[in-house]
Amino acid sequence: MPLAPGALLEVQDVVMHFGEVTALDGVSLSIRPGECIGLVGHNGAGKSTIVSVINGGLAPSQGRILADGQPLASYGITRARALGLRSVFQELALCPNLTIVENARIAHPELKGWRWRAEARRIIAASLDQIFPGHGIDPGAQVGTLSIAERQMVEIAMAFSNSASAPRIVILDEPTSSLDAGLAAMLLAHVRRFIAAGGAILLISHILDEILSTASRIVVMKDGKVVAERPAAEFTPASLVEAMGSSTRELQGRRQAESKGAPVLTLDLPNGQGFHAGKGEIVGLAGLGGHGQTEMLLALFDAHASSWWPARGPEVAFVAGDRRSNGIFELWSILKNTTIASLDDLTRRGLLHRPVEAARGAEWKSRIAIRTPDLDNPILSLSGGNQQKVLFARALSTRSPVVLMDDPMRGVDIGTKQEVYRIIRAEAEAGRTFVWYSTEMEEMGLCDRVYVFRDGAIVAELKGEAITEKAILAASFKGEGAAA
Amino acid sequence: MRRSSDTMRLLVPVLSLAALLAGVFYLQPRAMSYTGLNLLFNLAVPIALATVAQMLIMAVNDLDLSMGTFVSFVACVTATFLNDTPLLGIAILAASIAVYAILGVVIYLRNLPAIVVTLGMSFVWGGLAVLILPSPGGEAPAWARAIMTVKPPFAPVAIFASVLIAVVAHMIVMRSSLGVLIRALGGNAKTVERSGTSILKIRALAYGLAGLFAVLAGVALVGLATSADANIALRYTLLSIAGVILGGGEFIGGRVSPIGAVIGALTLTLAGSFLSFLHISPDWQIGAQGAILIVVLALRLLLNRLESRGATR
Repeated sequence: MPLAPGALLEVQDVVMHFGEVTALDGVSLSIRPGECIGLVGHNGAGKSTIVSVINGGLAPSQGRILADGQPLASYGITRARALGLRSVFQELALCPNLTIVENARIAHPELKGWRWRAEARRIIAASLDQIFPGHGIDPGAQVGTLSIAERQMVEIAMAFSNSASAPRIVILDEPTSSLDAGLAAMLLAHVRRFIAAGGAILLISHILDEILSTASRIVVMKDGKVVAERPAAEFTPASLVEAMGSSTRELQGRRQAESKGAPVLTLDLPNGQGFHAGKGEIVGLAGLGGHGQTEMLLALFDAHASSWWPARGPEVAFVAGDRRSNGIFELWSILKNTTIASLDDLTRRGLLHRPVEAARGAEWKSRIAIRTPDLDNPILSLSGGNQQKVLFARALSTRSPVVLMDDPMRGVDIGTKQEVYRIIRAEAEAGRTFVWYSTEMEEMGLCDRVYVFRDGAIVAELKGEAITEKAILAASFKGEGAAA
Repeated sequence: MRRSSDTMRLLVPVLSLAALLAGVFYLQPRAMSYTGLNLLFNLAVPIALATVAQMLIMAVNDLDLSMGTFVSFVACVTATFLNDTPLLGIAILAASIAVYAILGVVIYLRNLPAIVVTLGMSFVWGGLAVLILPSPGGEAPAWARAIMTVKPPFAPVAIFASVLIAVVAHMIVMRSSLGVLIRALGGNAKTVERSGTSILKIRALAYGLAGLFAVLAGVALVGLATSADANIALRYTLLSIAGVILGGGEFIGGRVSPIGAVIGALTLTLAGSFLSFLHISPDWQIGAQGAILIVVLALRLLLNRLESRGATR
């Protein structure tokens, strides 16, 4: 049964599991003609996952999808397209080696025959002219030669362009992140025109003013659930931020340690305030994912480590977040994965001293509780959490006084997390400095000081008691009054 | 904008071909004749076809290390089955094109590195070629011989054939919607997937087309050489890759240029003749050919850098 009569598309009780992680926990959402739904939530709230379910990219573990009131037996990208669903993704989703016209061919498989180029050019030019009058973009230009803003304009125009089947629902995921104020206003004006003509928009944005001024209904997600769903008029920036946080849960486990002495680590950022960290301090980097935190960690690493020849006793160690792609050596043993960063300490006259290496491995196996019968087993024999522990052991077993962590707890079970938190705290007591980017709110509570990032710059610095979920959310989302 | 960046990419192959041609004409003015040009370029025709085949594979971010042995295999089939029992010969060649299409699918489905799969296939093709022709021999079909030795007015057949190959490949790869999809796969496969287009189908077509061009290369080669040998085209693997890169293509990213690839193949062929005219001993020729390649590619790099500087400005 459809929950909302007349809905173009509806998802009901959608549950989505990724391994042991539950990304969506019974989400229902109906998209009706003539409305713009604003979708907000912090990292890991499930926004991207529900969008992927709606656009057919992910098949939900449980739940139903209804179109025009009818349950759909099978749903996928092609079906979603046929229903008039179009998406603008946060990351670049055009082929940079093709021209805009050729990209239109990819987006519109209906374009066929000998004259498809002329038709594609007409469609995309019309859409660009309509949304961004005076855009000055040549549809024959190669996408790779366009500026970031122009690419985003083309992507938006592509989603709204009308070939054989007209767009009825358009999902905009952070559509204004690369647009200046004037272009963003043009887009939002077009959104209003589009819904006035009977279309529907699903708008995701971290700029709350955009959501509040454009959306007719706002859906707030948290931890894979919809926690609030009300007309936009009933929200204020402050109440929206409040809805995204949880009133019951307090950030636990605060350490009371003031850093003494001069900062061991500083970095000047092009925009906003600079970064510094003292000895024995745990500094958190918060904010929505992809707002410049990883870039800053990499900049810190580059500034303090040689990228040409590994130095003896490097100043910084790095714990990668995406362990499969840039953390572990998949074909190596657990021991080799652990000791790779501190080989200098384990060599005698240029040769690796095996007993010393084995002793170092055994020491960390017991200290960090790596669950394996034998360190010579392949790294892939470990669970994801234990692999992550190996990466921690790799960084902590170096003599580096500073450890940079790039959201290392993604997809790690709660038990492992607690063990690692304990070790981080103990190491910080002993004088190590940690710079910790995390998308998980609780981990910010473990930090002495937190920098909140937005649009590639530090927008807030929170200390001690001031580190609250509300304060972090307010700084992560841009909007008048949200920071108040 | 687009014109200028694509033209820049074509500039290097065109200029290097012109420079080599000028050098050859300077050293040997008699090459500036109908027969001379034909002799200089007729071996370029099969290389150009193989380069276009390699380019189709590189357009989807793969690399075909079996190109040389496959062309040799096709040459052996052409000089035996296609000559003696044409129907069986055509069936074998069609089946080998189908194998190419299947390879394209299997590499994607099993997430295998194309280099490894095609390297393995190179032994298969090489073995089959030896089985068909254990010692050099066979005979070119009369029609293949006729096509490759026809004497059209104005310019030798090698020039006409090169232009034809370039135009046909350009129409397929740069102008047709299939070509757009093939290059899109190299540029951003996720986008193609999200549009609901079947990646499998496009890859099968790209590999199948590559197989077809490689078959044409083998037939053309036998038409010129009159007989075949299991090792006749082993050099084609590296020549075809070098030709694509020389012509402005990239290893990844779906940036390829069919016209550039054909010019690249002509340039590589000409480089060999140029060195002979310079009286460089055959011992040094391969090294000198490599040096020419390095110079040209360095030029490409320089122009790329200029281009990207222009883009950021």
